[in-house]
Amino acid sequence: MKNKQAAIELEGVVKRYGDKVVVNDVDLTIKQGECLLLVGHNGAGKTTLMKLILGLTRANGGKLRVLGDDPTRVSSVVSRGQLGFLPELVAFQQAMTGKEVLTFYARLKGCPVKQCNDLLERVGLQTAANQRVQTYSKGMRQRLGLAQALLGDPKLLLLDEPTTGLDPSLRQHFYNIIGDMQAKGTTSLISSHALNAFETRVDRIAMMKSGHLLACGSLTELGEQTALPIKMRITVAEGQTSRLAEHLGDNSGISQVNGHSVNLECVNDDKMIIIRRIAELGDTVKNIDIIPPRLDDIYSYYMQEHIT
Amino acid sequence: MSVITILAMKEIRDGLRNRWIAATVLLLTSLALALYFLGSAPTGNVKASSLDVTVVSLVNLSVYLLPLIALMLSFDALVGEFERGSMLLLLTYPVSRWEIVVGKFVGHMTILLIAILIGYGGTALAIALATGSSAEHWLAYIVMMASSWLLGGVFLALGYVISSLVQERATALGAAIGVWLTAVVLYDFALMGVLLADREQAISQNLFSALLAINPTDAYRVFNLTGFESVSQVAGMANIGVKFDLDPWLLLTILGMWVVLPVTITILRFDRREL
Repeated sequence: MKNKQAAIELEGVVKRYGDKVVVNDVDLTIKQGECLLLVGHNGAGKTTLMKLILGLTRANGGKLRVLGDDPTRVSSVVSRGQLGFLPELVAFQQAMTGKEVLTFYARLKGCPVKQCNDLLERVGLQTAANQRVQTYSKGMRQRLGLAQALLGDPKLLLLDEPTTGLDPSLRQHFYNIIGDMQAKGTTSLISSHALNAFETRVDRIAMMKSGHLLACGSLTELGEQTALPIKMRITVAEGQTSRLAEHLGDNSGISQVNGHSVNLECVNDDKMIIIRRIAELGDTVKNIDIIPPRLDDIYSYYMQEHIT
Repeated sequence: MSVITILAMKEIRDGLRNRWIAATVLLLTSLALALYFLGSAPTGNVKASSLDVTVVSLVNLSVYLLPLIALMLSFDALVGEFERGSMLLLLTYPVSRWEIVVGKFVGHMTILLIAILIGYGGTALAIALATGSSAEHWLAYIVMMASSWLLGGVFLALGYVISSLVQERATALGAAIGVWLTAVVLYDFALMGVLLADREQAISQNLFSALLAINPTDAYRVFNLTGFESVSQVAGMANIGVKFDLDPWLLLTILGMWVVLPVTITILRFDRREL
């Protein structure tokens, strides 16, 4: 029953390299079909966490279950067929063509070779399919990397900084493909520094710092936990700003007033109260923009506030 | 297709692509032919078969060349992929680590087989067409080709061990050259030196035979030069073979162990390696 619920389960996982604790007592559960974004500084332990999940390295303590099996056990070799991984620095045999590379991996995964053409087309490499990988640009190599991760419609997708070094249109293309996989119900774990691009595309976000998992939750949950202020910009009819300010009172967090708009900051709990009060003014109010804390803000909050 | 087949096929394709196979075939063919022409001059119309003469020459050549070719094929088999980063990806596929080692071994063995079959086999055919040879000479030649293949396998396996132990490709290359020098040159020098210094004859005939047999290159040489009557006459080993008292099957077993043990060590080391 539990297997049906969780794709990845980590319990008190510890990983040391020599004296250095790279992953420190991490508890994390990723449900099936969920998309989790892993963020943190370089060297925070994100890649090591992925390697642990992939069974490339063994944990020094704690329990790990991936798709219902311990990833370092021999039996898990089979379940790796349901898994797709795009490493941070993806390397291929230079002398092989893109299509040969993909065919090789398709055979290893035991999925039909004809899938390769579809995948090459999907990542936009069909015209370069018969070129050697050594002639590929960084973006093309990354696209080939994504294509091999998508082989055999994986149940679990692990992407380590998938969009680093890609141009904006290619990044967009990657987001769309990842989105399609989510829509299909693929569980995914993505590590990235592209915070604002991913914040609305994932279900939950996990914050890592120096091997610790500081927080994990949806953007709203994290916003509440951090108690970062929500910003509002209220546009009113010309000359009515002072009336609005008076109506809201002195302690409403008004930070700026000009001709026809009022900026204010409030905590999440007060948000609805303030909105109702604003609404009482009826036609005077033309527009309300509510800007919740963005992942960037939450990220810097966690990275500064918590000393571990 | 099994995982081992897929991995072996990839090694063979790589071998074709980077001209390894072509270069090795060319090298073995030209040397075998050269030795035949050089070797057939003195035999003239003497009774010695051209094939037997070529066997002796080729054994003495193979003992240097095949270990070198095999080590160059295998020294970076694992460490090269670690360094390139392609191993990381490969290990996230439904592939066991032992399958990777065995798959590479099967692939590299096939490359050696192709090279030996075309290089040595082709030469033998040419000789046979030119001079005509009886079945026994053929058998000696085929056994020489098969044992050469096995010798190549030994040094492939030793290359994998190196590849699984070191952290860098450059170190592996150095170690491979060291292994080659030791097994092919230094070991025999040392043995000779010890024998010369041993005036009291503390080293018995048996001990000497044993010392000779445990070195794969010497085992290969003794196996081929004493295994067939006609060959050992050409090699000038006719009366020595008896004194060595080394059973051909024992020598083959020793060569086999030199394949199995290093491959096993490689798999065990690789299994414990973390990426």
